Amino acid sequence: MREVLRIEDLTVYYYTLRGVVRAVERVYLEAGRGELVAIVGESGCGKSTLGYSILKLVPPPGRILSGRVEVDSVDILELEGDKLRHARGELVSMIFQDPFTTLDPVRRVEEQIAEVLLEHGISKEEAIDRVYDLLRSVGLSERLARMYPHQLSGGQRQRVSIAAAIALEPRVLVADEPTTALDVVVQKQIMDLLDSIRREKGMAVILITHDIVLAAERADKIAIMYAGKIVEEGPIDEVLKEPRHPYTKALLASVIDIESREWPQAITGQPPDLRKPPPGCRFAPRCRYVFDKCRREEPELVEVDHGRRIACWLEERRL
Amino acid sequence: MGLLRYIALRASLIIPSVLILYTIAFIVLRVLPGNPVLAVLGTKNIPEEQLQAIMEELGLNKPLYVQYFEYLWNVLQGDFGTSLIIRGRSISADLADRLPATVELAVAGMFVSLLLGITTGLVAGLKKDTKIDISLRVYGAITYTIFIPWFGLILQLLFALWLGLLPVSGRIDPGTALEEVTGFYLLDSLITRNKEAFIDALSHLVLPALTLGIVLSGPYTRLLRNNLVVALESNYVMAYRARGVRNYRITWHAFRNAIIPVVTYAGLQFALLLGGAVLTETTFDWPGIGTYLVEKIQYRDYPAIQAVVVVFAFAVGVVSLIVDIIYALIDPRVRY
Ligand SMILES: Nc1ncnc2c1ncn2[C@@H]1O[C@H](COP(=O)(O)OP(=O)(O)O)[C@@H](O)[C@H]1O
Ligand code: SF4
Ligand SMILES: [Mg+2]
Repeated sequence: MREVLRIEDLTVYYYTLRGVVRAVERVYLEAGRGELVAIVGESGCGKSTLGYSILKLVPPPGRILSGRVEVDSVDILELEGDKLRHARGELVSMIFQDPFTTLDPVRRVEEQIAEVLLEHGISKEEAIDRVYDLLRSVGLSERLARMYPHQLSGGQRQRVSIAAAIALEPRVLVADEPTTALDVVVQKQIMDLLDSIRREKGMAVILITHDIVLAAERADKIAIMYAGKIVEEGPIDEVLKEPRHPYTKALLASVIDIESREWPQAITGQPPDLRKPPPGCRFAPRCRYVFDKCRREEPELVEVDHGRRIACWLEERRL
Repeated sequence: MGLLRYIALRASLIIPSVLILYTIAFIVLRVLPGNPVLAVLGTKNIPEEQLQAIMEELGLNKPLYVQYFEYLWNVLQGDFGTSLIIRGRSISADLADRLPATVELAVAGMFVSLLLGITTGLVAGLKKDTKIDISLRVYGAITYTIFIPWFGLILQLLFALWLGLLPVSGRIDPGTALEEVTGFYLLDSLITRNKEAFIDALSHLVLPALTLGIVLSGPYTRLLRNNLVVALESNYVMAYRARGVRNYRITWHAFRNAIIPVVTYAGLQFALLLGGAVLTETTFDWPGIGTYLVEKIQYRDYPAIQAVVVVFAFAVGVVSLIVDIIYALIDPRVRY
């Protein structure tokens, strides 16, 4: 499959007063047309930072130290000024976790959606028509156009955000915990909407979530992130059927599996402080399989099977 | 529901607040030592009978509750009574004479304070944590604590006495001819196309307006700066960026969100503005209600002082109502 998103060797640090936070380190990731790639990991492991980097939108004191983020062969990280602005919205866009704060409280729904179109050179007349089309395409009534965000439910707001984000049909949509703040029924509706949009428009969706069950239900491909690094990556079916990284196994064991009727096992310990991650494998302090080499040397993400990559010294022993 | 009903409700609340302030003023004036007759005569050595006769004539010997309700009744009919000091002088006429000067000063002061507060707040917010931001925050904190008469004096020394750029005090040069239409000198000189009077009135207004405006601008600086910083770091600004909206527009949207509490605050500060105007007027010999009030307090001219309190209380009520309406218009979240 021809990739629309290709992230290479991405490293992002936050330079805070209390130290350098190594939030994203040497990350590689690809996504194809219409593909849904889930990035899964505990809170604080760098998922959002990775998402912002795809739009070159890392807030200060964060800095992108190295890497490429190619969307349709354009390196977003190379862009500046107006070119970057055009890429945001046209090539890649993003929706966020909290639908209650990601819309401007003092502007009407239609103003906020239309602005995206107007800011990217679409005429006023056309923009007005398109706003109604967009509202319908995210399952909202045209009646909502003149409303303010506080008059909408959480689900409706997230739909408005989606409408604004996909207004210019970008190739890649980053969805950062888009359903975490919503209740279960609405969560399913929003995920269904994202599914139909990506199928219809061939848009790649990068779904950022801490919920591995959600990823299991929706993703084509999954990337497990731990302490700023991707530790396992592959097609969803294969990873679920045969998780190989100890952290992936622990994550899967931490959720209820109705079929096996086993009790969920919480992962013991805490994720490391990213200002001083442990030497060697960052998961070593919590790993059940840890051995000498793990504490000395850091395992790189290597391809083990076709399309599967794992960063764990155990893989060496399997050979 | 309904803005009109809300306005009616809020307007009716002005009455009790005016009543309360009138009552407080009435009591305080009677409790304080001194009495109008002695204050005017400047001596205590007058025969008791003569004193009683004058008191009787001025109605000051009536029981207090009678005085209280008589005055209230007259005010309700739009009559503020006559001065105890200059016999027969209508207080309403005095107020009509003095009020435009105070309004002119207050409006100018408000304008200067908003202009300064909003510019400095905007710049500080946009330049967060730079030297500019820190200096402007110091500006905001210091101006807030300045004592008006002292600051006015410095400006008088600097711009009037040393540099000779502006007049020291007063509202217009006694030699300048100006036909009064509304009592607002700037407006009158414009209406009558009197350029000379306009420049003269304006040059007199500059220092008092700056004094008042600078001192009142600090809170706006701080409030707008902090709100703007929060708005610029908000999720909706992040979302605007993610959709490729231009920076100047994003700044404008953040500003619109950040300015809303400033408008509310401006309304709350109106009482402070009037207080500041009184101090500024006495510093600059500005012939408004403030200097009038100070004069009248010296002579214990009860009805005149009560009239000023009632007018100020009423003005504060009306202005806060207007600010509430503006607030409702600019913030869609406000519902009644
Ligand atoms: N603005 C910031 N300043 C400093 N550190 C930050 C900032 N944003 C995130 N971090 C740190 O970067 C790490 C990754 O954060 P984040 O990307 O938000 O993780 P996730 O989305 O997986 O919860 C965390 O340790 C977090 O504390
Ligand atoms: S490298 Fe070692 S410590 Fe790290 S996950 Fe693999 S086995 Fe565990
Ligand atoms: Mg996050």
